[in-house]
Amino acid sequence: MKIEILGTGCPKCRALADSVAKAVADLGLQAEVVKVTDIDAIVNRGVMLTPALVVDGEIVAVGRVPSAGDLRKMLGGKE
Amino acid sequence: MRPGDDAASAPTGPGRAPMSRRCHLASRVVLVLLGAAAWWFLYSNLEAIASWFTYTLLGMTAGSRLASALAFFVYEAPKVLMLLTLVVFAVGIVRTFFTPERTRRILAGRRETLGNVLAALLGVVTPFCSCSAVPLFIGFVSTGVPLGVTFSFLIAAPMINEVALVLLFGLFGWKVAMLYMGTGLLIAMAAGWVVGRLKLERWIEDWVRQQAAGTGHSAGEGPVPWSDRVHFGLDAVKDIVGKVWPYVLAGIVVGAGIHGYVPENFMAAIMGKGAWWSVPLAVLIGIPMYSNAAGILPVVQALLSKGAALGTVLAFMMAVIGLSLPEMIILRKVLKIPLIVTFAGVVGAGIIVVGYLFNAVL
Repeated sequence: MKIEILGTGCPKCRALADSVAKAVADLGLQAEVVKVTDIDAIVNRGVMLTPALVVDGEIVAVGRVPSAGDLRKMLGGKE
Repeated sequence: MRPGDDAASAPTGPGRAPMSRRCHLASRVVLVLLGAAAWWFLYSNLEAIASWFTYTLLGMTAGSRLASALAFFVYEAPKVLMLLTLVVFAVGIVRTFFTPERTRRILAGRRETLGNVLAALLGVVTPFCSCSAVPLFIGFVSTGVPLGVTFSFLIAAPMINEVALVLLFGLFGWKVAMLYMGTGLLIAMAAGWVVGRLKLERWIEDWVRQQAAGTGHSAGEGPVPWSDRVHFGLDAVKDIVGKVWPYVLAGIVVGAGIHGYVPENFMAAIMGKGAWWSVPLAVLIGIPMYSNAAGILPVVQALLSKGAALGTVLAFMMAVIGLSLPEMIILRKVLKIPLIVTFAGVVGAGIIVVGYLFNAVL
């Protein structure tokens, strides 16, 4: 599975990256985590509020850092 | 302290059955209602509680300088924090109805004048953070929102926010809060309109115009369940109130404490009504300064209590939170320098006019 974190480096983007890393470790997922910091690429996805979380090409959260529980659900439901 | 806090941190484990989800929602609604009742009870009895605390519990003599400062603090601090919690929660819920995608759909292809008005109003209720200014700008402009209308949004969004309004209301009363909101909206509408009239599209960076932004679907397009809205509101409270409370307390300490220690008219000579150059100077100083509404309030409080004129101080506050250097540097990625300078100039001029207006009227 592929997890993308869209954000230009704001504090919330880093918080999202951290909690994703933690959730991936907790769930023991085999996932490729990519940070997308390029504005072109972010805008091309139609995202206007950063950070955004994309799982296997699908935007699952925009403009917020999901709680640990929500994040597990977003990532867990994909396996 | 507030029962509502428990709901936010309650675990929402994966794979819950729909039945337990419904119970979860019901219990959350009950918690929110209980929280609201407790809020109302506390808030309406706050004055009595505060004076009981100061004069009965601590046994201070009424009339002494320390006692009145303490009574002021013990009443004001919980009052403003409670108002802030309530308003941030309510605004958090309102914002779940206005995603940037929806705002963009409303604004795309609007005629300019009506578009400016709508954009300024939507700027108040749409979730916005200056770190998202660039993707938002491209997302708006490349799907047919006129440049001036986009600017109305970008001006109103940071300048008029719930924290600024609550603090102004709590510390200076509803008239000042309404004046700030009304004139802030007017500046956003007028400045956006002017930028639109000036036809500055050529100063948008070329790559932006070639950009075909995905009008993409994204999370939050479908119907949002109420439990999520409540959750979002509670998150906003944790996030915003958790971040700004030290500034709020500092502002109130300044208001309660400084009184009597700095000469009453200390600021009157430099920032009073008499000094005509004080308004533009306050705006010029305010632009490179960057602070959120909560951070600047202690300063505003101190200036006002020492004889600075309200218009000058409000202009200073608007310049600090509405025009920020970091946001302009971020916007430099998509805008050429002449457009940024024009934008700052037009908004700055608007703020100066408002400052003079207040000083003349009040």
